[in-house]
Amino acid sequence: MKNYILKRILQLVPVLFGLTILTFLLLYISPGDPAQKKLVSMEQTITEDMLEDMQKEMGLDRPFIQQYADWLTDVLHGDFGICYRDGLPVAGKIFKALKNTALLALSSIFVSILVSIPLGIYSAVHQNRLTDYFIRFISFFGNSIPNFLLAVLLMYFLCIQTKLFPVLSKGGSFREMILPMMALAIPNACRFTRQIRAEVLEQLGKEYVHGMRSRGVNERFVLYRNVLRSAMVSIITLIGLSIGSMMAGSVVIETIFGWPGMGKLVMDSITARDYPVVQGFVLIFGTIYVLINLLTDISYRYLDPRVEKEI
Amino acid sequence: MKNKVKKRFLFFLCLAAGLMIIALLAPYLVPNDPYETNPLVLKAPPCAKYPFGTDKFGRCILSRVLMGAQTSIFCAVLLVLITFLVGTLLGVLCGYYEGILDALVMRLADILMSLPEMVLAIAVAGVLGGSIVNAMIALGFAGWTTYARLAKSQVLIRKKEYFISAAKMGGCSDLHIISFHILPNIIGPLIVNATSKIGTTMIGFAGLSFLGLGVQVPMAEWGSMINEARAYLQLTPWAVLFPGAAIVLTVSVFNLLGDAARDLLDVEGCHE
Repeated sequence: MKNYILKRILQLVPVLFGLTILTFLLLYISPGDPAQKKLVSMEQTITEDMLEDMQKEMGLDRPFIQQYADWLTDVLHGDFGICYRDGLPVAGKIFKALKNTALLALSSIFVSILVSIPLGIYSAVHQNRLTDYFIRFISFFGNSIPNFLLAVLLMYFLCIQTKLFPVLSKGGSFREMILPMMALAIPNACRFTRQIRAEVLEQLGKEYVHGMRSRGVNERFVLYRNVLRSAMVSIITLIGLSIGSMMAGSVVIETIFGWPGMGKLVMDSITARDYPVVQGFVLIFGTIYVLINLLTDISYRYLDPRVEKEI
Repeated sequence: MKNKVKKRFLFFLCLAAGLMIIALLAPYLVPNDPYETNPLVLKAPPCAKYPFGTDKFGRCILSRVLMGAQTSIFCAVLLVLITFLVGTLLGVLCGYYEGILDALVMRLADILMSLPEMVLAIAVAGVLGGSIVNAMIALGFAGWTTYARLAKSQVLIRKKEYFISAAKMGGCSDLHIISFHILPNIIGPLIVNATSKIGTTMIGFAGLSFLGLGVQVPMAEWGSMINEARAYLQLTPWAVLFPGAAIVLTVSVFNLLGDAARDLLDVEGCHE
């Protein structure tokens, strides 16, 4: 196990290195000259001299490799550059926003697990009954509805029609968080329910369940102590995988509700052509995503020791 | 069992084909000009002349939803097709020849997969600026990696089998072996994978347009229509509900087609 973890962490290094190259290149695939973009976003009239000064200041006159090396050194020291718009450090902004996004994402993952485990088990145990069809229909529907449409519909029915919640969530208070959280949690809960149902059904069909049933073991005991425990492995994987859709979903949901998180920050920065923030966003989300994948793999092995023997 | 699965697959294939035909014929089916603004019927509720109502510029929503079908469906299908072809080609070459190409392509795939697909797409489209082509580049940027990995792993398994050695000894060229002996054996799971990605791609594309990073106004596209209409949701809920229903319906059909394709492959696999 220790060797495995060490090996995986070592494998992470080239991937993270590649991620920094990818992030750095983002600035170069954007059309136009970075110095000019910076001056434009600072809303200044551009003269030839100013452009040259800015190019020198940003180090654009040096070779590409050297620019990348300097940038990477800064990033490793926690310096993500300066916002074009207001000249404030990007890192501070990003970490403030990250806190809000983490709050939103973690609470919606928690809610979706809380809802989907009972629903998934119920649906599997009552296979092909009316309630099962109903749950399956809802969870399929929830998978086919785009998150932005769901958010707009929630807004329409819960804010405009019934006035239960405020339309915008700028302050970041708990009551304002409920709606964006629901918009993120519903599609996730639908996906979880579908998978948990499939997993529990598969476990229920296995021989050990037949064996226990024929020995007269309490059905509840079979379900909660054995079936659910075996299903837990894939539930952990699911949670790990859902982080990706959470990150993408947060961009859309935060933009709609005005929640002051990473998604809102990056969309505002894209509109203002403030590229260092976009770079910081990619780098931070990429690193978190890679680390969560690693954690998922490790916990997967921890929960299911059979995996270790295969390799 | 097999017949039932096959029938279900054919049913959804027909539905999907029907949607594509509607999308193809959209310019001839529209009751009104989707781009014509009419100041006399601003924000009109659904009526005989405008079955889905009109938006804040007085444009016919039904016509716009129909034209939007063309954009959404064809962009998604085209994108899936391109990424499928590129990914499969790279994956097969990597699996067959291994070596330096394999190492390079797979490391690149690792790096691209270190970000959730949609996050990368938002960043790339955001940096490139919003347009249809840029949205497709952004979504396709990492889209090919799934196929490349799947194809490679499949080729590695097939390569060890005797019929490949036999073909080699019989003097077949690499091209012949790949296209006549390897591809037919591995293409099934790849096609299933591609089919089930059409729905997700459609949602991704609509999401980018919704954020203003895809199709630009005034061009008709479901995501951007919903974005345009959400500001005055209270006054014209139909301007959100109809394009929304169109997305959900289309994505459902393609998702069900993907599920059916997967089941069909499972059944066929058992049959062998």
